[in-house]
Amino acid sequence: MIFKVFKKKELAALYELLAVNAVVGPVRKGTDRHNQPLNDFARVYSFADLALDYSTTVHSPKRFVLPYRKDLARFTVNEQKWRKETDLDTERPVVFFGMHACDINALNKLDKVLAESVYPVSSYIRKRRNMFIIGLNCRPSPQCFCRSMGTDSVLHGYDMFLTDLGDKYFAEISSVTAFNFLQQIKCRDPGPGDERQYEAVTAEKTARFTTEVDTSDLTKILDLEFYSPAWDRWGRKCLSCGTCANVCPTCYCYGVEESVDLNLQEAHKTRFLYSCNLHDFAKVAGGHNFRPLASTRLKYRYYHKHRGFVEAFEESLCVGCGRCGAACLAGITPPEVIADVRGKKKCVHGREEKHDE
Amino acid sequence: MADTLSYLGVPLSRPRVAFFELTSCEGCQLQIFNNEASLLDFLSLVEIVNFREAMTEKSDDYEIAFIEGSISRRDEVEKLKKIRRQAKVLVALGSCACFGGVNRLRNRFHDLDWVKKEVYGDFPVDTAEVQPLEAQVPVDLKIYGCPIKKEEVERVISNLVLGKAVTPPEYPVCMECKAHENLCLYELGEPCLGPITRAGCDAWCPDNRRGCWGCRGPAEEANVKELEKIMRRYHFSREIIIDRLECFGGFAAYVDKLRAPGRHTHG
Ligand code: SF4
Ligand code: SF4
Ligand code: SF4
Ligand code: SF4
Ligand code: SF4
Repeated sequence: MIFKVFKKKELAALYELLAVNAVVGPVRKGTDRHNQPLNDFARVYSFADLALDYSTTVHSPKRFVLPYRKDLARFTVNEQKWRKETDLDTERPVVFFGMHACDINALNKLDKVLAESVYPVSSYIRKRRNMFIIGLNCRPSPQCFCRSMGTDSVLHGYDMFLTDLGDKYFAEISSVTAFNFLQQIKCRDPGPGDERQYEAVTAEKTARFTTEVDTSDLTKILDLEFYSPAWDRWGRKCLSCGTCANVCPTCYCYGVEESVDLNLQEAHKTRFLYSCNLHDFAKVAGGHNFRPLASTRLKYRYYHKHRGFVEAFEESLCVGCGRCGAACLAGITPPEVIADVRGKKKCVHGREEKHDE
Repeated sequence: MADTLSYLGVPLSRPRVAFFELTSCEGCQLQIFNNEASLLDFLSLVEIVNFREAMTEKSDDYEIAFIEGSISRRDEVEKLKKIRRQAKVLVALGSCACFGGVNRLRNRFHDLDWVKKEVYGDFPVDTAEVQPLEAQVPVDLKIYGCPIKKEEVERVISNLVLGKAVTPPEYPVCMECKAHENLCLYELGEPCLGPITRAGCDAWCPDNRRGCWGCRGPAEEANVKELEKIMRRYHFSREIIIDRLECFGGFAAYVDKLRAPGRHTHG
């Protein structure tokens, strides 16, 4: 790994160099009813639009590689023939300016399924190959439990990773492209002082985590607790709304639908993201529903994240970003559900009550 | 307009379609003519034989009947039964036909004679409890919404012509709202029935920064009890919850439970 250090004001210069491409980064999207900022990823057109001090965005950057809805193919139909056209997604490079470790780790996990599996998804791969990612160290908020998931730092999957050292940035460089760009701004090799400072800042970050999930032996515990009443307790609250999967950076389930245009001359095959909490997720032809209960569906969401994926890939499909819990109106959060299943803590009902305490 | 239709060389028949209204604002029927861009394609798929809003000639020889509106008078029951006898497929068009719609608010009042007198004075009117179509006849297909979404009717028609199954989404509005990456209205301090209301409108209201009023009725799984708790936690009163649930008639069964002690009466 190559490390560099550069003055804070040089970041704007770096932005200008990169901005010949499309840039996506964190922006303020609004404020909530407690006047706290709400952030999201969006196309940015000026360095000043970036909200680099952001805490976790409401929605994940997933849609930039896995849009909620996408036409996979279009068919032109006439009397005897049809022609299929697929959008080859010839992508232009997109610069992601300021992604936290959890979200970069989430993309790495998606790769395992969508790029490195038996059935790679070409449109996903094209988008992934055309990403230039500048990672950014964060300040954990109360919803974050990435440290428990081992995703509070990231080893690969970015071009450059920045840590704010007050008046300068400490840069970890992991691609030639990133190195070449840094050649064009004023930067230097770190000295022992910078290194100590970097270590202090990361130690301080680590000390800030307030939420923890005990993942030891979790796959086995989930197996043992298949009939735990905890699933019913949380399932009763679940609205089967799919919000958790929609905001999750690693949920990749989708459905495909085919439709014919009103003029009967065009047809579409469309992919749309879905969620295992939705009522008909496990409904099959003929109408049988394998998971008619909200509690069963909720349970299987946790089984996929913390058991099935671990068995397949030796890692969890959850990066601990906390978005699902923050967005769930019913206040269903992974730390509380997992603690309850482990019989550890009494479950606390709803984040709203916690806010008001 | 082509008399014969085909898809990939397979001949299809143009169904004979009729539109009727019972007690309604005719807004749903209007929606159908609202999209000039696709109107001609729409008209070439079907043969419309009865549509009071758009044509004068009429015929009673039809296969598919779209009925807008709810039942609020006795003579409407007769009209509806006659249509049912003729139609192969009877479609409830819009929330009035599916649930009783806004009209159903009238059922809040137990004493219909009192209502009649307040509204119409001594003028004689025949009026009864508001009912959805399925209270009187079997309904083959429901198109939800107040008003309906035109794209949905178009999809229903093309699927009927092609012989494809027609299924509305089972999931709630939140699913569409989140796919548009809206900030949740609860976060912004407004109530919303999105978590329990059947999707299909493409999150029409939340997209325009308005909370959902449940016009499409309950999703396949509607956890009204939990949403009630959530709304209370966000400091929305019981009356706000009941008003929203009651507005379009789709949640009537839930409202009755919520209101169990002390239903509205006049006075
Ligand atoms: S866990 Fe929460 S966000 Fe997920 S489906 Fe249930 S209610 Fe919706
Ligand atoms: S399951 Fe929840 S906490 Fe885990 S990655 Fe998904 S949104 Fe984040
Ligand atoms: S099964 Fe559920 S938890 Fe797993 S990726 Fe699909 S939606 Fe997400
Ligand atoms: S605004 Fe309404 S529909 Fe959208 S996520 Fe929130 S509750 Fe659901
Ligand atoms: S958001 Fe709710 S009230 Fe608005 S159109 Fe959709 S279902 Fe109807």
